[in-house]
Amino acid sequence: MTLLQMKGISKSFPGAKVLDGVNLEVKQGEIHALLGENGAGKSTLMKILTGIHQKDAGEIIYDGKKITPTNPKEAENLGIVMIHQEFNLVPYISAAENIYLGAEEAFSKMGIVNWKALYNSADKYLQQVGLNIYPGTKVADLNVGEKQLVEIAKALSRRTRLLIMDEPTAALTERETKRLFEIIKNLSANGVAIIYISHRMEELFAVCHRVTVLRDGKYIATKEIAETNIDELVSLMVGRQLSERFPKKPAEIGEVILQVKNFRNKYLHDVSIEVRAGEVVGLAGLMGAGRSELVRAIFGADPVEGKLVFGDFSGTFKHPSEAIKKGIAMVPEDRKDQGLILSFSVRHNLALPTLHKRAVMGNINYRQEKEMTRRQVEKLKIKLATPEQEAKSLSGGNQQKVVFGKWLEAEPKLFILDEPTRGVDVGAKVEIYNLINKLTSRGIGVLLVSSDLEELMGMSDRVYVMYEGKITGHFKRDEMSDEAIMYCATGGSK
Amino acid sequence: MKKLKYFIQRYNIGPFIGLLVICIVLSILSDRFLTVSNLLNVTRQVSINALLAVGLTFVIITGGIDLSVGSTLALAGAVAAGMLSSVTSVPLVVFYACFIGLLAGTFNGLLVANGKIAPFIATLGTMTLFRGITLIYTEGRPIRAVSDTFYQVGGGYIGPIPVPIIIMLLVVLVAWYVLKNMTVGRRIYAIGGNEEAARLSGIKTNSYKILTYSVSGLLAGLAGVILTSRLLSAQPTAGMGYELNAIAAVVLGGTSLTGGIGGVGGTLVGALIIGVLNNGLNLMNVSSFYQQAVKGIVILLAVLIDQRSRAGNK
Repeated sequence: MTLLQMKGISKSFPGAKVLDGVNLEVKQGEIHALLGENGAGKSTLMKILTGIHQKDAGEIIYDGKKITPTNPKEAENLGIVMIHQEFNLVPYISAAENIYLGAEEAFSKMGIVNWKALYNSADKYLQQVGLNIYPGTKVADLNVGEKQLVEIAKALSRRTRLLIMDEPTAALTERETKRLFEIIKNLSANGVAIIYISHRMEELFAVCHRVTVLRDGKYIATKEIAETNIDELVSLMVGRQLSERFPKKPAEIGEVILQVKNFRNKYLHDVSIEVRAGEVVGLAGLMGAGRSELVRAIFGADPVEGKLVFGDFSGTFKHPSEAIKKGIAMVPEDRKDQGLILSFSVRHNLALPTLHKRAVMGNINYRQEKEMTRRQVEKLKIKLATPEQEAKSLSGGNQQKVVFGKWLEAEPKLFILDEPTRGVDVGAKVEIYNLINKLTSRGIGVLLVSSDLEELMGMSDRVYVMYEGKITGHFKRDEMSDEAIMYCATGGSK
Repeated sequence: MKKLKYFIQRYNIGPFIGLLVICIVLSILSDRFLTVSNLLNVTRQVSINALLAVGLTFVIITGGIDLSVGSTLALAGAVAAGMLSSVTSVPLVVFYACFIGLLAGTFNGLLVANGKIAPFIATLGTMTLFRGITLIYTEGRPIRAVSDTFYQVGGGYIGPIPVPIIIMLLVVLVAWYVLKNMTVGRRIYAIGGNEEAARLSGIKTNSYKILTYSVSGLLAGLAGVILTSRLLSAQPTAGMGYELNAIAAVVLGGTSLTGGIGGVGGTLVGALIIGVLNNGLNLMNVSSFYQQAVKGIVILLAVLIDQRSRAGNK
């Protein structure tokens, strides 16, 4: 039975048509994947469905009736709930209170809440999602996976019939992912429909029934998962056949340019690594293994003991500015919190680390700055209306290109890339890989942190594996296998 | 219409339109408002608040706040008056008083940047501390500052224009240029926009934060000198509550208290709005009790309109 039908949905924002006659049909109890590159219009479509945005044209038929939700509360009352990538939980109150946030009336008399009843009821839903915690636990004390389950429990408590999940596994470990899948399947068996947004193809094949593909704001196709494959979906998404997922071009590997000796701090225990010119060195490991902490320490972003040799420098960098001066660049883990100044224009972001290069006595040369901006936008094929638009208005892939661009201008000898393709669509990923090739061909060393093992093995010449702040494995390109790396990443050593 | 709205947003013209509207209304309600002497008078009165507010703009753009400017003003003013009895060189007195302001500001900056104290708390502390030092220094009594040359700083004219107005305009011009066209300015905005991203881009965030508090202190010192000079004496209680007027001017001018957005052009307009309102209500013989209420309502209205237009743009 069809639960939701969105027909011919169109939406324009000033200057851009974001959705153009998009269709989506979801059956009761179905797990329906929504697939598309960043900027394809998935988020906008879901925001229309949940009443955050209003459609310009088209109609939404839900449960046999025409609906036009004008705010998320209205959608929620209809049983449509979205779990966002950034959770909407209040950290310093309990899981139970979060579950019934704004719905405490059901448990209160004259404004006085019956906490026991509320906790008991919350506990029921927590059990349902397999989360065995005391309902009074503060959300701040939960890990990412548990927070996600609280969000789902909250959705269940609101009698949800259509649950929208945006990249639900982005921050989960493999075990948590598996558990999540079981819960999703369970929900579907109980008649809850799920719209599942993810860039991870394998997941779609693991849980989804059907998939709808969008591209550039247009509806492309809806397929039964059983009758399609990754290659077909990727080509539907990008509209062209991708020749290779990891177009690695080995470069000539030269001298050692970076030597890290016995790095120690709160997160690192005696870590030593080397990077050569023209080499891509991968850092593998699970979340919390200390990979980001290591590269941040190298870059001077966090204090560390030990020694680092880079060109004529020996010691440790006390501030990122020192590392930058010597020729190190870092694309940080979280582009919105660390990579970009979202309120700045694209031009101002691109110019930031190299301001002094285009300034005389501290006076910025605007002509040169605009020239530089044009150059980088062209070179990186950054899609934008104008370089003066705010960085926050760009899609994920284009934002990441801006972060790359600002460092390319600094002409570094070593590029640190921390999760450079996270949350980036397939097309932009390949562009980033090609960029890595271009860097190494110029003799630049690359230190690559990635949680995507395939990517890491596809692009690296060498891989170090970390576990609890220590190096537990070291593989050359011809020795790598995912089993061996995972073995070291989970505490075994080679 | 959309284009006009974009234009108003982009160049932050909203506050200016507000000022214009208030001026038009006042010139209709009172025939004494729109005269050269009255307008010069208003602008001179505004100059003290404008100087404080320009300094505060630097701090607020980084996402900080400085509540100690009123006390710094009193301290610098007292020091200037105190020196006048022994030092004959007026430029030296002015320089020294401003330097005291700079030191006070730098102290704030060190507390915030290196001491990692929340700016509100740090400057709340120094607000009381600096006031205390001023009271100790003056022994709680006004210090006379009678000197013909010194009086020129706050009470003199160059041509028909009062000196404080010229000082204010020069300061605004320099501040505007620094924020708009210099690397220092860009970095200050970057810190307010996203401190961690700024640091990872190689910006020495602590140094720049200290710098903004130093600027704020320096300009408070300068304002103190002007006030003392004009009143021919330094009052130990001078500048009490001035920090709030200055913050109001900054916010009216469109600078965001969360940092990263704004500028001194808007701040000047914000200070003028407050000054013109005061003046207009005085001319119309509105009681000072009502004046307070009207000012409060205007500030709230302005911020409300500003927020609405920003939200509508999204």
